[in-house]
Amino acid sequence: MYKILEKKTLNANTKQMVIDAPHVAKKAQPGQFIILRVDEDGERIPLTIASYDREKGTIMIIFQEVGATTKKLGLLNEGDCLHDFVGPLGRASELEGLKKVAVVGGGLGCAIAYPQAKALHEMGAEVDLIAGFRNKDIIILEDEMRAACTNLHLVTDDGSNGRKALVTQVLKELIDAGNQYDAVIAIGPMIMMKFVAETTRPYGIKTIVSMNSTMVDGTGMCGGCRLSVGGEIKFACVDGPDFDGHLVDFDESMRRSAMYKKQEAHAVEAHECNLHKMEVK
Amino acid sequence: MANMSLTKVPMPEQDPNVRNKNFEEVATGYTAEMAIEEATRCLNCKNKPCVSGCPVGVQIPEFIALVAEGKFLEAAAKIKETSALPAVCGRVCPQESQCECKCVRAIKGEAVGIGRLERFVADYAMAHDTAEIVKPEPNGHKVAVVGAGPAGLTCAGDLARKGYAVTVFEALHTAGGVLMYGIPEFRLPKAIVQKEIDNLKALGVEFVLNFVVGRSETIDDLFADGYEAIFVGSGAGLPTFMHVPGENYNGVYSANEYLTRVNLMKAYKEDAATPILRAKRVAVVGGGNVAMDAARSAKRMGAEEVYIVYRRGEAELPARLEEIHHAKEEGIVFKFLTAPVEVLGDPDTYLVTGMKCQQMELGEPDASGRRRPVPVEGSEFVLDLDAVIVAIGTSPNPLIRSTTPGLETNKRGCIVADDEHGITSKDGVFAGGDAVTGAATVILAMGAGKRAAAAMDEYVQNKNK
Repeated sequence: MYKILEKKTLNANTKQMVIDAPHVAKKAQPGQFIILRVDEDGERIPLTIASYDREKGTIMIIFQEVGATTKKLGLLNEGDCLHDFVGPLGRASELEGLKKVAVVGGGLGCAIAYPQAKALHEMGAEVDLIAGFRNKDIIILEDEMRAACTNLHLVTDDGSNGRKALVTQVLKELIDAGNQYDAVIAIGPMIMMKFVAETTRPYGIKTIVSMNSTMVDGTGMCGGCRLSVGGEIKFACVDGPDFDGHLVDFDESMRRSAMYKKQEAHAVEAHECNLHKMEVK
Repeated sequence: MANMSLTKVPMPEQDPNVRNKNFEEVATGYTAEMAIEEATRCLNCKNKPCVSGCPVGVQIPEFIALVAEGKFLEAAAKIKETSALPAVCGRVCPQESQCECKCVRAIKGEAVGIGRLERFVADYAMAHDTAEIVKPEPNGHKVAVVGAGPAGLTCAGDLARKGYAVTVFEALHTAGGVLMYGIPEFRLPKAIVQKEIDNLKALGVEFVLNFVVGRSETIDDLFADGYEAIFVGSGAGLPTFMHVPGENYNGVYSANEYLTRVNLMKAYKEDAATPILRAKRVAVVGGGNVAMDAARSAKRMGAEEVYIVYRRGEAELPARLEEIHHAKEEGIVFKFLTAPVEVLGDPDTYLVTGMKCQQMELGEPDASGRRRPVPVEGSEFVLDLDAVIVAIGTSPNPLIRSTTPGLETNKRGCIVADDEHGITSKDGVFAGGDAVTGAATVILAMGAGKRAAAAMDEYVQNKNK
């Protein structure tokens, strides 16, 4: 069992937890993820490692309540335990040797973009961090992000905070203004990563994306997370999650992610019915 | 006087049209009377050919003689001397190509039902044996086992009985390997596997779940943690895909994914948290036991039409005859000499709509000695489908070989280890089961685990002399 040591609400449906998991903390690297099960009957879901503390033996996760499992996870409190928590999984991001980087985070993706930016910043790289949110109410980690980069460009879709723009606009302006990036790292919804890759493609800038495919085991034994990269089948859980954004077939990946949409909607409904019953009692 | 009946006492089974709608065990097992009757068919041969056919050398005539006398617990103890998982082996071993194919009774008529008797005895002992498992005296040495499948469980059990402090590291949240995620409930009830695992715990074996060797720690880290010898029984869990167009459409599963969702995550239950597509028309590509398991699972989850698509003929099917027979009884349709060419899907929903196939005919024998299937010109046709399950084989996962310097593997990705002792190219590292052979059988993995345990004992004792 893996104890929840801290819980913090970042916005209406985004939560941060620190989990006691010494085995995971011992080897965790930026870009890797964990798989957890909330309880004995639960499903396995992947979440990126937001940060780790080797000495304390802890892992921080940040998640958005989008479905039955993340809602159930969000109801747990400090002191409660997760049934299963396995990792670190996936390959660590290859950040060595990067001197000037643009890190692009979209929504919850910022929770993952932020540790990447921080790692690069600590390695002495110049980091432009572009963070995009739908509106001001869902902005997370603003102070942390500011401290982890050279320049923070905060934008919202509706202009309710920061500039009204899409992350791709900002990225294009920065490139056109003469910034020479060794790499662009994009983390967020697949549609955002797709357009970041399309933005950099004409400039030939190396673009790394973090693919959040549907997973079951996370150790390479099922291929549920497979995607096409440069025409070859890759497994996001062992070959990734980082891939060359100019080679990923995003349209296919987005459609594969929607595979269980119906079942997921049903699960949320059932979950909310149960909550309602609990309140009535 | 021996019972000279030419046929085995029949195994009671659920009716095919009832069982193809539930996940309860197909074969319900012998009663005590049936077991005694079958046991008296054994001639108690002096040279015991049956024993030579058993990869772990179960003392077959001895335990069967005890069954014939009604001494079921004594029979169980006799099997346990050499086999760690009799309730499992009695159910899933291909006895027809092992112990039973060597049986003298099989020369004229059917072999003695050794597997059925082993199963009866193991089930009886589980239900009736109240004796506490005694933890062996510790010998002060610490060893690690990577992977809690049949090879690892057997190796761990044997070493624990010798007094070793054994830790088993398992990547999934449940121990058992393929016994838990692969073989379905209707062939091997999970409660039985769990009971065997609990017995190992009672022997003192420690299980560390959710621990991925190669990621959580490497083999070298484990040595640094003080383990004196390590057994790698990590299996062959990496699925092979067909590499035909359309293979990434929604509804195309590897058999590993499909069976993991069904068995380990219990997606067959209505209220399971883990989703699965409940398809009406399913094709399973492949002809092994895994293909039969996937097809029969799909049927049980409400599929109206389930096809086995196999590129060779019926005679070449690698699955057990019993499983093929069961599958047919349950309404699975076999498409022999048929090879997939392309998976078809709806461009909008991205869901599978069918599979384009090609008729084959058998040509000259290939390297494996089997006649090679050759496409018949102009024979393409389309099967209308909602799901395709790919069961054309697996290979070892690269995680351990890529993170263990000095561990030699062959071009198929299998760890190189000598068959007799499981010794690898790396000092102190032993290996066995599918990680060495590629996908094979439960009992071969157990045999390898058993031999490696003996070799590890010798290695540790020599080192500490």
